[in-house]
Amino acid sequence: MESKHPLEFLITWFIRLTGYSSIFFVVLILFFLVSEGLPALSEVSLDTLFSTRWYPIESYYGILPLILGSLVVTIGAMLIAVPFGIGTAVYLSEVARPMVREILKPLVEILAGLPSVMLGFLGIQVVSPFLREFLDLPTGLTAFAGSLLLGGIAIPTIVSIAEDAMNNVPQSYRQGALALGATRWQTMWGVTFPAARSGIITAIMLGLGRAIGETMTVMMVTGNAPIMPNSIRALFMPIRTMTATIASEMGEVAAGSIHYHVLFFIGIVLFLLALIVNITASWVSMRKQTHKERVLS
Amino acid sequence: MSHLFEMVKRFKLYPRQVEWLGFRALAVGSVLTITPIFMVVIYILVQGGPAISWGFLTQMPQNGMREGGILPALVGTLYLTLGTAIFSVPLGIGAAIYLSEYSSDSSLTRIIRLAIINLAGIPSVVYGLFGLGLFVIFLNFGTSILAASLTLSIMTLPVIISTTEEALRAVPQSFRVVAISLGATRWQAIRRVVLPQALPGILTGVILGLERAAGETAPILFTGAAFFLPRLPQSPMDATMALPYHLFVISTQVPGMPIRIQYGTVLVLLTFVLGMNIVATVIRSRARARRQW
Amino acid sequence: MEKIVVENFSLTYSDGAESLQNINLKINEHTITALIGPAGGGKSTFLRAMNRLNDLADVAALSGHLYINGQDVLDPKTNVIQLRRTVGIVFARPLPLPLTIYENVSFGLQAAGERRKAVLDEAVERALRQAQLWDEVYDRLGDSAFAISGGQQQRLCIARVLALQPEIILLDEPTSALDPISTAKIETSLLELKEKYTIVIAPHNIQQAARIADDVAFFLQGEVVEFAPAEKIFTTPKDRRTLDYVQGRFG
Repeated sequence: MESKHPLEFLITWFIRLTGYSSIFFVVLILFFLVSEGLPALSEVSLDTLFSTRWYPIESYYGILPLILGSLVVTIGAMLIAVPFGIGTAVYLSEVARPMVREILKPLVEILAGLPSVMLGFLGIQVVSPFLREFLDLPTGLTAFAGSLLLGGIAIPTIVSIAEDAMNNVPQSYRQGALALGATRWQTMWGVTFPAARSGIITAIMLGLGRAIGETMTVMMVTGNAPIMPNSIRALFMPIRTMTATIASEMGEVAAGSIHYHVLFFIGIVLFLLALIVNITASWVSMRKQTHKERVLS
Repeated sequence: MSHLFEMVKRFKLYPRQVEWLGFRALAVGSVLTITPIFMVVIYILVQGGPAISWGFLTQMPQNGMREGGILPALVGTLYLTLGTAIFSVPLGIGAAIYLSEYSSDSSLTRIIRLAIINLAGIPSVVYGLFGLGLFVIFLNFGTSILAASLTLSIMTLPVIISTTEEALRAVPQSFRVVAISLGATRWQAIRRVVLPQALPGILTGVILGLERAAGETAPILFTGAAFFLPRLPQSPMDATMALPYHLFVISTQVPGMPIRIQYGTVLVLLTFVLGMNIVATVIRSRARARRQW
Repeated sequence: MEKIVVENFSLTYSDGAESLQNINLKINEHTITALIGPAGGGKSTFLRAMNRLNDLADVAALSGHLYINGQDVLDPKTNVIQLRRTVGIVFARPLPLPLTIYENVSFGLQAAGERRKAVLDEAVERALRQAQLWDEVYDRLGDSAFAISGGQQQRLCIARVLALQPEIILLDEPTSALDPISTAKIETSLLELKEKYTIVIAPHNIQQAARIADDVAFFLQGEVVEFAPAEKIFTTPKDRRTLDYVQGRFG
């Protein structure tokens, strides 16, 4: 029994409560999403909800084009972010000289900190006019522009987590391989990279999570047209994601209306997607971490 | 056929050559990944620089925001950042202390960690929905600085918790054991030894978390952001303009918006978040240099 | 007078490290008792149990009694904070807290709620003198404790314990990280300190035990093989294994 001063007792309880607060908030968020979003299921038939037409003014609440919109943009973003992100991580961790790394790493962190609305702005001002000219499109505000910028948003997440994972591979693994006559190139792909595999998968999953959930950038650059993407050409046409739909329409709907409930329902879908992605990511990386430090030895 | 095979075989690269090529390719890829960041920052400096003046920072917007300054947006972002700090800093640091110093490896702890991971992954616009449902409508705060700050706080929480916990865990276990062996209570050991040592790391984490909050738009869209206000907010129950939302508005919602003002706003926003980033980096590197253990 | 009485004391950690089985010992007041034996024999575990530092580790099973001043410290109702002020411990490595020299020495008293500057000043000086460190640091008490040498740091750690005016001092290989001169200084201090305190030490080596110990307990694989006055252990031990160990046949 530790004798407790009343102040210490209070502080300990405060700390305990704050510790539990995260659980409380997740439950609270889920509760509000469900209580505002679930009524959509009774107000709109499932057939309508999962149809291909989103036109709320005339009571068409098909969220399929929005889901596919998110999918197209996200896949495009990952096609860009994964090779460049992993490549940069490998370069920083295995190839770059320490000085180069010390310069480049903070730059990646800066990219991570850039507000998404700013990237959206640059998308409108720079990227999409360029794409329109270069690819000869009617408009540059397309899924492809969204993918490009989202890729840029996912890259820092991927780089920093993947680089950590590679760094955490014990130096002795590399020395073992090099001692057997492998080149550094063979060592890093044959030994280090596989050893860091779970961390790298986590990095990709978390990058994916960021891309799916990103709102402002995609809302600003993808042209905001809830059209069903039905071929590869959709990549070069305007599109609308789930996040952008909520952001652009929630401001104008009346609380409690069908439209309002459907937007919350989309929120539930996003919440669940994020949940799956993040739980997978942490599950993959949850190696048995027993940090049981001996009490001094 | 075998002739062809021979040719291919002769072209086979030696491991050294593969390595040489591979390293060059990776370097080029990394440069391609990182140079755009440079270019963005420089481009914004060049384009936005001319718009920046004392008046731009200290005047109200005029003529449908097409003239004048961005004072209310700047002040609003300051308010929102401070409001977020008031809620998320004590909560986040408390939770991190709990995880690092008090919790054991129980299933409850695992659930807490899962909850934090989950919070970190929720899209920002979903936070906006939640804030709308709970703070704006259910608790009847209206679209206000209070509702927006609370929403941003919960969004920022996982960043603050995880960086603070990391900073606390970096403090050697032996300091705690020694303090306790001298008759300190657990809290005394934390308060007098662990927290002071972890402080720079905690500060860095807090600033990085707030930096994210300051740049966010989606969570405040329906919880506190105002399109345009002719005066500064007077109380936490007022709605407010904010830099990121203002940038969204003037770049997409206002026709005939002078490009100069748009880039000026971007530059101010960039300076705001980069400034926080630099402060955090400086704190961290100075603490590392001074650390004795 | 018997200061510490251990009866049938057993302890196992959940990670399987250094356990103790059925320890029985009687330690007299104002003596130096040395715990010798090969690494992993349970010396550290035993020392840590005496001021309940094992509370910080995962203990799987614990039984028996450990009386200090007639009170069983293993009793869950024991006031461990008070216990740790009565039973101080010094670790193998010098472990100054990241504070100034003054704050290190006064840490325990301040944690106990002592605020009066005069009392703290007095206690710091007394403790530093007892640990034979005062002359070397009196003019830089405000410096970081990391600024002094390893030997000085370890004496600071002893002073830190002495400042609390404990009754028992536990030392877990306190000189293992030190040079011979620092070691000699600490051994001299310990011989002086036993006039006032009861000292239990896991010495750095057998020679150290021979130089300073009154009684010696030989720990082997979690058991006390033999407990007897030092000269008996080193000349005519009862147990064959003790003889083998003190003669350096294993260790």
